[in-house]
Amino acid sequence: MEEIAEQVDRRLDLLEQVEPQPGRGSILDRLFSTGLTRRDFMRWSSMMTAALMLPPIFEPRVARAATLSTRLPVVWINLADCDGNTESLLRTADPDFATVILDTISLEYNETVMAAAGEAAEAHLDEILEKERGNYVAMFEGALPTGLGGAYLTIGSKGETGLALARRVASGAKAVMAVGTCATFGGIPAAAPNPTGAKGVGEALGIPVINISGCPANATNIVGTLLDVVMFGRMPALDQYSRPLWAYGRRIHDNCERRGHFDAGEYVLQWGDAGAEQGWCLFKMGCKGPYTFNNCSLIRWNQGTSWPIRAGHGCIGCSEPDFWDSMAPYEQPLGEKVYGSALGIGIDAKANTVGEWALGAAAAGIAVHAAATAVRNRLTPAWNEAGSEPAGQEPSVSPKERE
Amino acid sequence: MATLKRVTIDPVTRIEGHLRIEVDLDADNVVREAYSSSTLFRGIELVLKNRDPRDAGLLAQRICGVCTYSHLERATEAVEAALGIQVPPNARILRNLLHAATFMHDHVVHFYHLHAMDWFDPVAALQASPAKAAAEALHYADTPYNTSEATYRAVQARIKQVVDSGQLGPFANGFWGHPAYRLTPEQNLILLSHYLDALNVQRIIAQAQAVFGGKNPHPQTVVVGGVASVMDMEDPSRVGEFLYKMKSAGQFVSQAYLPDLRLLGQAYKEEAAAGIGNGVPNFMDYGGFPLEDLPWPQARELFVKGVILNRDLSRVHPLDPAKITEDVTHAWYQGPEKGLPPFDEETLPHYTGLEPDGQLQRSGKYSWIKAPRYDGKPMEGGPLARLLIATAAGDEAFIRLKQQFERDTGWEPSYWFSTVGRTVARGLETALLAEAVPGWVNELVENVSRGQTETYRPYELKDGEGFALGAAPRGALGHWVKIKDGKIAGYQAVVPSTWNASPRDHLGQLGPYEAALIHTRLAKPDQPLEVLRTIHSFDPCIACAVHVIDAEGQELAQFEVRG
Repeated sequence: MEEIAEQVDRRLDLLEQVEPQPGRGSILDRLFSTGLTRRDFMRWSSMMTAALMLPPIFEPRVARAATLSTRLPVVWINLADCDGNTESLLRTADPDFATVILDTISLEYNETVMAAAGEAAEAHLDEILEKERGNYVAMFEGALPTGLGGAYLTIGSKGETGLALARRVASGAKAVMAVGTCATFGGIPAAAPNPTGAKGVGEALGIPVINISGCPANATNIVGTLLDVVMFGRMPALDQYSRPLWAYGRRIHDNCERRGHFDAGEYVLQWGDAGAEQGWCLFKMGCKGPYTFNNCSLIRWNQGTSWPIRAGHGCIGCSEPDFWDSMAPYEQPLGEKVYGSALGIGIDAKANTVGEWALGAAAAGIAVHAAATAVRNRLTPAWNEAGSEPAGQEPSVSPKERE
Repeated sequence: MATLKRVTIDPVTRIEGHLRIEVDLDADNVVREAYSSSTLFRGIELVLKNRDPRDAGLLAQRICGVCTYSHLERATEAVEAALGIQVPPNARILRNLLHAATFMHDHVVHFYHLHAMDWFDPVAALQASPAKAAAEALHYADTPYNTSEATYRAVQARIKQVVDSGQLGPFANGFWGHPAYRLTPEQNLILLSHYLDALNVQRIIAQAQAVFGGKNPHPQTVVVGGVASVMDMEDPSRVGEFLYKMKSAGQFVSQAYLPDLRLLGQAYKEEAAAGIGNGVPNFMDYGGFPLEDLPWPQARELFVKGVILNRDLSRVHPLDPAKITEDVTHAWYQGPEKGLPPFDEETLPHYTGLEPDGQLQRSGKYSWIKAPRYDGKPMEGGPLARLLIATAAGDEAFIRLKQQFERDTGWEPSYWFSTVGRTVARGLETALLAEAVPGWVNELVENVSRGQTETYRPYELKDGEGFALGAAPRGALGHWVKIKDGKIAGYQAVVPSTWNASPRDHLGQLGPYEAALIHTRLAKPDQPLEVLRTIHSFDPCIACAVHVIDAEGQELAQFEVRG
């Protein structure tokens, strides 16, 4: 722990020696000039340290990292999507969206919020891809339709396919992030019968990407992953589906507020019943929390306001690959399925009859994560001593291999 | 008119989804031809087939990430109609509250973040005097939202830093300084300031929805038979949290949104008077926000359903769902020459491509969006349609808001048939919903205090057919479902942006976007600001408009129309 902290210090020392660009103050200068107090800032650093699953010893270092960064150019491309992830990004709170786009990153291209349109938008994209080559982060929202040679999606006055555009944008990127389950695993366009041959971005382009899954991805996970790159200048540690471990290292079920009721065998058996009024476990109503890796049960949604399980509905497993096919129907446990599934049969039937049965990832027969906790992985990163080279770029398993 | 100048806008930004607009200009830079095309196909209705009907809402909701709740509710209602379920009063009220949050969120985000930069110039705001701007704000509101010299100074400083940094981010390459911008530097600063405020307000409305909805986007609490969030409904702190957040959003609507519309209504009065952006003369809405526990369409509703033809406001025609057809003459699907009712259609994707230079094949098929028609006519849907229908039908609440705006700004009744009118109508609707929410919360609290905590009606899954029609933020939204052997045998959504973004039909009738652009004069053809203004005034949401019914061409039974 101490050793890594020292490495971070050395990296920050190196960064400090780099002259800031003329006329461009640090992020911190800009934050303070907008009325943010140091107290606000320390609270924010503390929150981010916790969100990134770093121990408190890193708090001052996170704060220091933010003072040394300049705005990271981000190019966000919408593919076969519903805009839910852009909408989710808009909801971010700490830091809020205005702070993210005006002070932290430079959102150079995002069709939903950018002022420019048509030719002006196309020209700006070309300019950024050229000027910031190797320097920008590419973020993709939506799946890539591969049917019709990609022609189910065209963008721009020349009718460029989504596939060609995504390849062009990804090729010059410092890092590629797939935001939301459509971009990561194909999502709903790729659900059976997959009418357009839709695929996740990593798979369609055959490149390593950081997958920020969820339908949509939680704003905290989107911004947190971005900040990981902004602050540390490297890729986050990833799980076997290339998802950042700090966000996707734990099962919903393990930290669920209704977990005690699961262990006690207290279940909701019908929407609105006495168990529902008491907040009992939703497993028998089809909750997929035991099979789902995400931090919803820790950070919740909309600044901790709620999350589906609090609102009385089971988790549908939206951050897992193929969940539209493998986890449906959503109102009954998988064990009640009359047909086979990738997740195996019979296991849940057991849980259904034995309330106290404790689910384990291996027992559930689903893809098991390599690590039990994010912290453990955090402490064994492929950390580059010099701090100048991004480390850990390769996901532990490529999208191809996971099949 | 030998040679027309062609202007292509792709991507149309600050919308949801993938939209392309092509217009041809004459020698005076007036739009003579307009084509609206969507360039993405996903096929979500195909995905819905063979699924559990109880999951229809969760799947159909992913049609759109903006008005997610509208699709969740409509899909669930369609299944309920097929199964003959009437949800209990608390479920109706909770759904209305969740939907009101969707509308208010959508309209605030649309106006400030997707549309306002068509009217105000953030770069010009840097030239404003903060003191004069603070005084100016008092012209439009007695107690303007977050207005002071210091606030405006801070906003200017913040934007100036972005400009000075050379990294303009989302403001890069806007049409700043364009002659079609009519606001003073101070007025620009007022709107810029509220643009930033609204980023916070939209988050608060999303939080309110998450109280009962679990999350936003894509809330997850509505189930066939009712609503799952019974625990939150019975928790006074949660109900209070919802009400407080919605009221604070309502405060923003009355102290920022409406005043800003008064500002625009005056500054752009000439455009409204000239009818710039008026489109097809027909308007339609399905009604919404049921106030009674009766099946559609018997229940009294906050929004009035009906049809207006040829801008004749003396008569509101009753809505007849049997008159809805979809035409694929110019859409990338196979089908017969003229339009057919949705469930008679044989729909097959049939992509014929673009011209070699990437332009649309205008005489052939040119969009993934179909052309819905009502009684053979194109219809405009959305807040303007709802305002016109409700006021023509004599609805007092809508009439009061409309007349108040006319008094405040000196508008004539004819001004509403315009791009500005469409934009103002959306704000009035937001105010109406903000007023309605506290009453609904009271109704809910009274029920719970009397011990009526029912949120769900049990049911048996059985074969059946059903549909649900109702208002969504952008217009008229309908979902149709057929259930067989416990599975979805057929699914269809005819959605707001299909109506508005429709291409031509077999008679050559233009869709509402296309019709609204004709006769618009562009000050600078290489910066088609006026085109964006009109397109954005419809609040385009193209992901929802792109759908297919049944690639196998399986015919579904026609539904009996109730009422």
